Amino acid sequence: MTKRALRNIRESAIKAFFFTNGILAVIVLLGIFALLLSSAIPAFREIKLSEFLGQTLWDPTSPTGARYGILSMIVSTIYVTLAAMVMALPIGLGVAAYLSDVAHWRVREIVKPIVEVLAGIPSVVVGFLGIVLIGPLLAKLTGRTNGLNGLNGAILLAVMSLPTIISISEDSLNAVPNAYVEASLAMGATRWQTLARVKIPAALSGIIAAFMLGMGRAIGETMTVLMATGNARTFPHGLLESLRTMTSNIAIELGEVPYYTTHYYALFAIGLVLFLMTFLVNLVADIVLHKYQERES
Amino acid sequence: MKIQRLIAIAEVVLMLFGASLLLAQGKMLQVKGSDTMVNMVQILAEEFMAKNPKMPIAVLGGGSGTGITAIINGTTDVCNSSRDIKPKEMNQAWEKGVKPLKFAVAVDGLSIIVNEKNPLAQLTMTQVGAIYRGELKNWKGLGGADMKISLYGRQSNSGTYTFLQEHVLGNKPYSTDMKEMNGNAQIIEGVLADEAAIGYVGVGYVVDKTTGKAMKGLKVLNINKLEKDQAFSPMDKAAVDAGTYPIARPLLMITNGAPRGTAAAFIKWILSDEGQKIVEREGFYTVGGKYQAENAQNLK
Repeated sequence: MTKRALRNIRESAIKAFFFTNGILAVIVLLGIFALLLSSAIPAFREIKLSEFLGQTLWDPTSPTGARYGILSMIVSTIYVTLAAMVMALPIGLGVAAYLSDVAHWRVREIVKPIVEVLAGIPSVVVGFLGIVLIGPLLAKLTGRTNGLNGLNGAILLAVMSLPTIISISEDSLNAVPNAYVEASLAMGATRWQTLARVKIPAALSGIIAAFMLGMGRAIGETMTVLMATGNARTFPHGLLESLRTMTSNIAIELGEVPYYTTHYYALFAIGLVLFLMTFLVNLVADIVLHKYQERES
Repeated sequence: MKIQRLIAIAEVVLMLFGASLLLAQGKMLQVKGSDTMVNMVQILAEEFMAKNPKMPIAVLGGGSGTGITAIINGTTDVCNSSRDIKPKEMNQAWEKGVKPLKFAVAVDGLSIIVNEKNPLAQLTMTQVGAIYRGELKNWKGLGGADMKISLYGRQSNSGTYTFLQEHVLGNKPYSTDMKEMNGNAQIIEGVLADEAAIGYVGVGYVVDKTTGKAMKGLKVLNINKLEKDQAFSPMDKAAVDAGTYPIARPLLMITNGAPRGTAAAFIKWILSDEGQKIVEREGFYTVGGKYQAENAQNLK
């Protein structure tokens, strides 16, 4: 066998290896989706879809008849996530702008890795901070007797989604061609005007994508909100009330539920709704990011 | 306190590690269930193993509901439960060929706790029920300060959650405003930090083992059935024994059929004077005449 033939075999073997790896991610995703779907659908033999999505009371073990309404949890999840994003966006954007435009390169070399390390803090540790630090602080500031509420969860989620937002926003600010900046400065614009009116608009789709990815992280986060929000099943009338998100509810109940009961299937149905929500957010982020990359090339 | 807890966590981690090693050998007795009982049974198991090194035991929490589900599904040898097994669960068990047999290994005075700043000293069972159903929302109506009551409770897999629902709430749903905490210890944390709190935990959790009194920062309420009755504390052994403390309950171990081998030896030892002494040291109460007869019957 010639050397070339041997090399060709090796070449195709490597190709096949990478193809399998690429396909594997798709198979795993489809597998999870299929499992989720098949475990969620039996729930609707006993629960009406209108009750499931439209009712606010969740009490599957109630002695007066099981209730399976998840509206309170959907609203709680949206409340906490949106509040987290309202806090994280200005801070994240500010840090990103500072790192890309203002900071000395040495400062940036130190700060950026630190921000990325922030992403590696285990969520259970962040949740603990919520109990011992943010909770008592919020209780004092709001004049309530405890700080286990939606705002506590939102603050922690904001902290947790910051690394994603900062990192990707900063990359997209840096990707703005230097010619834009030079042109703007040559026209007599100040550095602030250049940043606010030239660079940020030019990098906007990247910033939006960063924001969406941060939001995806926040919606799906479980441990932190489980520990910080108090998990009351009530319909939330504000962020200063204890509330229960969809992720918390699954985490709390899935470990104890008797297998193959309506309650069990209903928890998977919540998982399915959550999956569809995060999928939507990630899809939008992807479309925006794609558009942005197209324009840059 | 904090250091003790850290040590406890380290111990649990080591135990789990050791347990997983021993599990690989496949002869370890699995005990699973009630969070109220987990600390006590853990200590009982340690003392038992010190005397019987050839009979390894692994104790896990998770809640009574989790334990009962596990014994029905055959994933544990012994289930700890702070509530009785429900008829529905009994049917599920029989369908799967599991024959649950229960042993009362200790008695608990279910304790209703508030923050030490709360001026109240006692409540009736009716009041506790109304508070947890969400009908009474302010301490003012009960003679306390003008503050919204913050409810702390357990999750629905907890035996304590179910026991209170059946015996105090009149089998009605809990208020959805109740914060659902993951275990007795978390409820205590919540009540210690919250002036307007009310919580419920097993009596073993409120007793400070060094002084024998209620833990600092907590107040254990005296409870009576009706307004006219005398109210008793769950820490009053005589009242719990005599049944005058209205929300006392047996803590159970459930096996599938008559226990054999390690399970039988362990349960017999817990019911012996030696085991019962440890039960008492951990803040719970020894089992009295009625349960003793039943236990002896089931051990045969």
